[in-house]
Amino acid sequence: MRRLTRRDKIIVALLLGIPLLLDLAFVWLPALASIFLSFTKWTGVGGIHLKSCSEFHTLPGLPQPGCLYGTQNYHQAFNSSITPDFWPAVRHNMLWLLVFIVIATPLGMLFAVLIDRGIRGSRVYQSVLFLPVMLSLAMIGIIWELIYAPNLGLINTVIGRNSNSNLIDWLGNPRLNIWAILVEATWRQAGYVMVLYLAGLKAVDPALKEAAVIDGANSWQTFWRVVFPVLRPINIVILVVTVIESLRAFDLIYITGKGNPVKGLELLSVLVTQNIVGETQRIGFGSTLGVILLVISLVPISIFLYQVFRREEKQ
Amino acid sequence: MTVLTTTEAVEQVSKPTVPRRRRRMSAGSIAAQLFMLVMALLWITPVAFAIYVSLRPESETNRLGYVSIAHKLTFSNFTNAWSQSDMWRFFLNSVWITVPAVIITLLFASSVAFVLSRFSFKFNIPLLILFTAGNLLPQQVIITPLYRLYLQIHVPHPLSDSGLLYDSRLGLIVINVSFQLGFCVFVLSNYMKTIPTDIDEAALVDGASLFMRFWRIVLPLCRPALAALATLLTTWIYNDFFWAITLISTGNKRPITSALANLQGQFVSNQNMIAAAALMAAIPTLIVYILLQKQFIAGLALGSSKG
Repeated sequence: MRRLTRRDKIIVALLLGIPLLLDLAFVWLPALASIFLSFTKWTGVGGIHLKSCSEFHTLPGLPQPGCLYGTQNYHQAFNSSITPDFWPAVRHNMLWLLVFIVIATPLGMLFAVLIDRGIRGSRVYQSVLFLPVMLSLAMIGIIWELIYAPNLGLINTVIGRNSNSNLIDWLGNPRLNIWAILVEATWRQAGYVMVLYLAGLKAVDPALKEAAVIDGANSWQTFWRVVFPVLRPINIVILVVTVIESLRAFDLIYITGKGNPVKGLELLSVLVTQNIVGETQRIGFGSTLGVILLVISLVPISIFLYQVFRREEKQ
Repeated sequence: MTVLTTTEAVEQVSKPTVPRRRRRMSAGSIAAQLFMLVMALLWITPVAFAIYVSLRPESETNRLGYVSIAHKLTFSNFTNAWSQSDMWRFFLNSVWITVPAVIITLLFASSVAFVLSRFSFKFNIPLLILFTAGNLLPQQVIITPLYRLYLQIHVPHPLSDSGLLYDSRLGLIVINVSFQLGFCVFVLSNYMKTIPTDIDEAALVDGASLFMRFWRIVLPLCRPALAALATLLTTWIYNDFFWAITLISTGNKRPITSALANLQGQFVSNQNMIAAAALMAAIPTLIVYILLQKQFIAGLALGSSKG
C-alpha cells in the first residue's frame, strides 16, 4: 500500500473516527456504565458519591444521593421476597427462548426447505409467511387482541367459550397469557427464520445434493447428512438471532399490558424499563438487570463473533 | 462453498424459486402442499381478520362479535382514528426520524467500511468486532445508563425543543444511528472486500484524492448493498418501539409505531378503531413489503451470508 499523505490521514481519521465515537459514546459507554452502576444505589437525584451507602444516613423525605452499594442490587434481584418478579421474568425469558428453538426455528426451517424444493405456489407461500416479519411488534400485539378478545374474539367464538360464564381470558389469565403471546411471537419469528434459512439453502451447491441422491440417500437423509452440516454458518446466525430476540422481547408485552405490568407476563426487559420510567427511578437496580442480560447475551454473541472472525484472523 | 460472497447473496435471493423438476404428485408432496396451505391460511388470518374488523362499526361488532357476517362495511374507523388523534403528526415524526437516521447510518457505516476494507491496520478486526457486537446487545442492557446520559446532554434549541437529548427527535436519531451502525458496518465491509482494490487503486494513480476514491468509486459500486440495507433500516427504524417508548416522554413527539401505545389509551374501548390505526401505521411497511420485498430479503441475506 502506498503511503498516505497528511491530508489523507486526516480524512481516514474522520471517516473512521466520527462513527466510532458515536458507537463508543452511545452503545459501549452505556454498556460499561451499566456494570459500574449495578454496584450503586441511585435514584437519579444528585450525583453519585464514591462512598458506601452504609455511611449515608437516610433522612425521611430527603433524597439520598447515589452511593456504592456493593453487590446488594444482585442480592435484591435474586431474592424473591424482595423482587418477586425476577424469577418469573427469568423463567419467561427462558420459555421464550425454548419456544423459539423448539417451535419457531424448526417451523421456519421446514417452510424454507419446502419452498426451496420448489413446491407449487412457493412464491405465494413465501410472501404470506414472510408478511409478519415486516410488521412492527406493536402492530402485531394490537391485531392479535382481536383474535384473543374474551367476548368478541375469534378463538373464543369458534370454540364456543365467549359467554360470560365460560369465557377464556387468553391475555389476562396468568397461566395462559405467556403462551398466547408466544403464539404471536412465533407467528413472526418463523417467517424470519424462514427467510434467513432460504438464503442459506440457495447457497448450497446443488451438485452436493445430487451426489447424495446418486449415492442412494433419500431426501430426509440428504437434508440432515449433507445440507444441514454445510449450513453450519447460517445455523449459528439463526441461533444468535433467536437468543437475542428472546432477550429483547418487549414490545408485544408492553402493548398487551397497555404499558402496565401484567401478572404472568413478567420479562427481564420489562423489569428494566420499570426502573427508569415513573416516579421512583432505581438506576442501580435497573443497571443490575441490564448486566444480567448482558452476561447471558455474551454467550451467543461470542460464539457468533468467534466463528465469523476466526476465519479472517487466519487470512 | 456454503459461504456466499455478498454479491452472490443479492443475486441469489432475488432469483425466483423455480421448480426443479415436475414430478407426479407423490403422497409426500401432497402432504407438503396441504401443510403449506394450512400454514399460509393460519398466517394470513390475523391480518385479514384485523382488516375485516376495522371495516365494521364498533356498535355492530359489540352486538354480534367479531366473527359474524358484516351488515355494514365502512371506512369510518379509519377516518375517525385519523381525525380524532394526532396521527398526521405521528407520521411526520416518523418521517423526520427515519429518513435522517437511515441516511446518516448508511453514510457513516460505509465510511467506516471503506477504511476497514481498504487499509490494513492492526486494529481492523477488533474494530469490526466492536461495531458488530454493539449491534447484537439487547437494547435493555444499555437503556438505563443511556437514559441518564440523555438527561445530561444539553442540546441547543433548534435541534431539540426539550433542550436535552432526552425527549427529542434528535435523540432518537442518534440512538438509532449508533445502534444500527454495527450491522451496516459488518455488511458493507464484507461487501467492499468483494470489490477488487485494483479498481479504486487505479483511481489513485489518476490522482484522485482518498475521499474521491471513496465517494466516486467505491460507494457507487456498493449500490446493491446500500439499497438492500436502506430497505431494511427504514423498516427497522420505522418499526422501532423500544427506544421511542423509553427516550420520548411527550406523547405528541412520538413516532407512529410507539404512538400506537398512546392511541390504545385514547380509543380505549373501541378496539375496531385501534385496529384501524394500527393498520394505517403499517401502510409504509406494507408498501415496502409489496414493492421492495426482494431488497429487504437481500439485506437479511447479506447480514447472514458472511456468518
